[in-house]
Amino acid sequence: MDSRAENVKAVRKTKEEKKLLRKQIKASHTLLKHEGINTVSQPTEYLVVANGGLGNGVCRVQLQEVLDGAATVVSLLMPPNKPYAFVTYTSSDDAQQAHTLLNGQQLQCQGQMVTLYFSYVERIGCEQRESADLPPGLVVLEDYVSQEEEARLLQAVDWAEHDNVTVHKALKHRRVKHYGYEFRYDNNNVDKDKPLPIGIPAVCDPVLQRCLKDGHISIFPDQLTVNQYESGQGIPPHIDTHSAFEDPILSLSLGAKTVMGFRHPDGRSVAVVLPERSLLVMRGESRFLWTHGITPRKFDMVPAHGSEGSVVTSDPSNLTLNRRGTRTSFTFRRLRHAPCVCPYPSVCDSQSPPAAPAPDAPSLPRDDGDASRLEAQFVHQVYEEIASHFSSTRHSPWPRVRDFLLALPAGGLLADVGCGNGKYLGINPEVMSVGCDRSASLVQICIERGFQAFVSDALDVPLRGATCDACISIAVIHHFSTQERRLAAVTELVRLLKPGGRALIYVWAMEQEYNKQKSKYLKDSGDKENTQPVVGEGGHSVKQSPLPDVAEEKGSTESTPKLSVHTNRTAFNSPDLLVPWHLKGEEKNTCKHGGGSSADAKATPAPAPAPVFHRYYHVFQKGELERLCSLVKDVEIRTSYHDQGNWCVVLEKVPK
Amino acid sequence: MKLLTHNMLTSHVKGVTKGYPLLIKATEVKVNEVEFNPQFISRMIPKLEWSAFIQAAEGLGHLQNLPSTVVPEFENNEDFLRDVHKVLLEVEVIEGCLQCPESGREFPISRGVPNMLLNEDEA
Repeated sequence: MDSRAENVKAVRKTKEEKKLLRKQIKASHTLLKHEGINTVSQPTEYLVVANGGLGNGVCRVQLQEVLDGAATVVSLLMPPNKPYAFVTYTSSDDAQQAHTLLNGQQLQCQGQMVTLYFSYVERIGCEQRESADLPPGLVVLEDYVSQEEEARLLQAVDWAEHDNVTVHKALKHRRVKHYGYEFRYDNNNVDKDKPLPIGIPAVCDPVLQRCLKDGHISIFPDQLTVNQYESGQGIPPHIDTHSAFEDPILSLSLGAKTVMGFRHPDGRSVAVVLPERSLLVMRGESRFLWTHGITPRKFDMVPAHGSEGSVVTSDPSNLTLNRRGTRTSFTFRRLRHAPCVCPYPSVCDSQSPPAAPAPDAPSLPRDDGDASRLEAQFVHQVYEEIASHFSSTRHSPWPRVRDFLLALPAGGLLADVGCGNGKYLGINPEVMSVGCDRSASLVQICIERGFQAFVSDALDVPLRGATCDACISIAVIHHFSTQERRLAAVTELVRLLKPGGRALIYVWAMEQEYNKQKSKYLKDSGDKENTQPVVGEGGHSVKQSPLPDVAEEKGSTESTPKLSVHTNRTAFNSPDLLVPWHLKGEEKNTCKHGGGSSADAKATPAPAPAPVFHRYYHVFQKGELERLCSLVKDVEIRTSYHDQGNWCVVLEKVPK
Repeated sequence: MKLLTHNMLTSHVKGVTKGYPLLIKATEVKVNEVEFNPQFISRMIPKLEWSAFIQAAEGLGHLQNLPSTVVPEFENNEDFLRDVHKVLLEVEVIEGCLQCPESGREFPISRGVPNMLLNEDEA
């Protein structure tokens, strides 16, 4: 192939030169294979610079300087996210000179060394896309505050101060401080009745006055959230809750520039540069319909020149990298006191019901009627809604359950009461397995897998008594909300057993750390039963349906304790609680296994918040399962043990 | 729903004393081939309520040559075991319902899934 060095020097190549040539050939093969870029050996005025791309962390200024060192550069194209760039020189002679001088040159960028390899190309096949428009209603006003004002504003936020007049928190991805009202990340709303003692600081007045005078707002904001992002931090895409705030929303960028991503539900996305000291005004469609967020990264692709507060296009002649500094944003909002009436009901919480079922019984049940209503809403309905996602996370049988099943005698009859997606129904092909579950969607999955199953309640299993050689109840009985019902569930299981038959029961344990071993649930291991998908990117993007205050609605007394909402993958702090389920992969899964009835209502676009469902659990304390089973007649406990955060017993029915 | 499952199912409607066997009212029945395992079938036969099994098979028009009582020494009677196998494991009710013989309550079968849930006042 080609090496200009060879031609120029016309001497034997050194070891170094051979190595360089090898690498260069390899680089041009890579370009052909992955990018379809055909390099040629005959010099042209165009060169492709392998490894000299924005995707390698190479800045335009840096590369331009290197290229200018060889000859006069006509143009430099750096396509977005690519590991190469294209340079055009005035003539092939110039290009040849650049090749000779620069091939193999190393460049120190963003803490790592890259080696540039040059090859000729016939032409530059780099399409230039049209520049995108800003989302409707969005304005970026550059230099809206002076440097002095910027400094004053930044100084006014005392991050060290721990007081109770402003609220200040270190979120997973950034620091946050609230004035006027606290923005609550648990429900993405504000308590309108609970203003903070300190409102928006006076230091903000001049800029807000200017906004008023310039017509960006017609009324003063009353809530300020200050976010501080270190380089590499970001905020997940979200829409500010419609019912919480008026239109528009103002956001001042201070300290450093960043790139904010906007996305329309139809998939269109626009990256907007927010320079330091600029004011972002989100109004109308851009405030109500488009999500906005900041990708956590240390470098942004930004236009190399031209207007700063502008859309980042993929124009390769005008892209470079910007290293992020510490950016502090002041977001000014005005609380909304009437329901939102925007023309975008699909994303408006005032106009559409929340995706998750609106819980209406979050207290411990006082009687059996209460209990069955609680379970209907916080167990049955939830499993129906999450069935396909739930099923996709339940594929590995627990080893000790599997051992129990494999030890059953051939030709036995097994009932799996609460069989879920049927993952235990096919373990032992020598026994006849029948499953039942309260969730029709989950039973449908069992049937599609070729298993025998029917829909029924675990308190009333429609099977002839004393017929089963074995029964299993895996992660079921902890969903019953009173001791009486849990006892009834064990009793029903034992009714199915013939004398000598055995039942295996698993329930979730309050003790997630046992014998100094953390359970898989705490260790976050993925696909075992009872583990939850890890909560995504911090609360902000997750639409939580607030748990309403039913005690008040029902006028019940204060003596009924409220159920608390558990924080996933932490220790339990109460035996009775609501465990959040963060529904994922909806578009993909809903239609597959029926249960599509609710899909339409929730069919929100990808960046929209994931619905959260709450399942009721009674987690068992050490010894509790054994005590419960000892209340059941005609049965003896053969063994009991702790297995990965569960309490487990094997019962055997004794002859009367 | 296979007839093996049907043979185990019973009605638990409140107040009902004889909820067995459930009457099958099928609108769609399929026969899916299943691998024949004579040993498995031999082990299942003693667990069956034979008369309920025959009644169900007859109702669906899949009685084959099954007799009203279990033949003696069936373990070695391959023809008999094959017939039982076919009716017990290959015949499946896809659509229809199961009716409680005493209360007349009907439990729907849809897409092969019997829904045996009771209303609050029936449990």
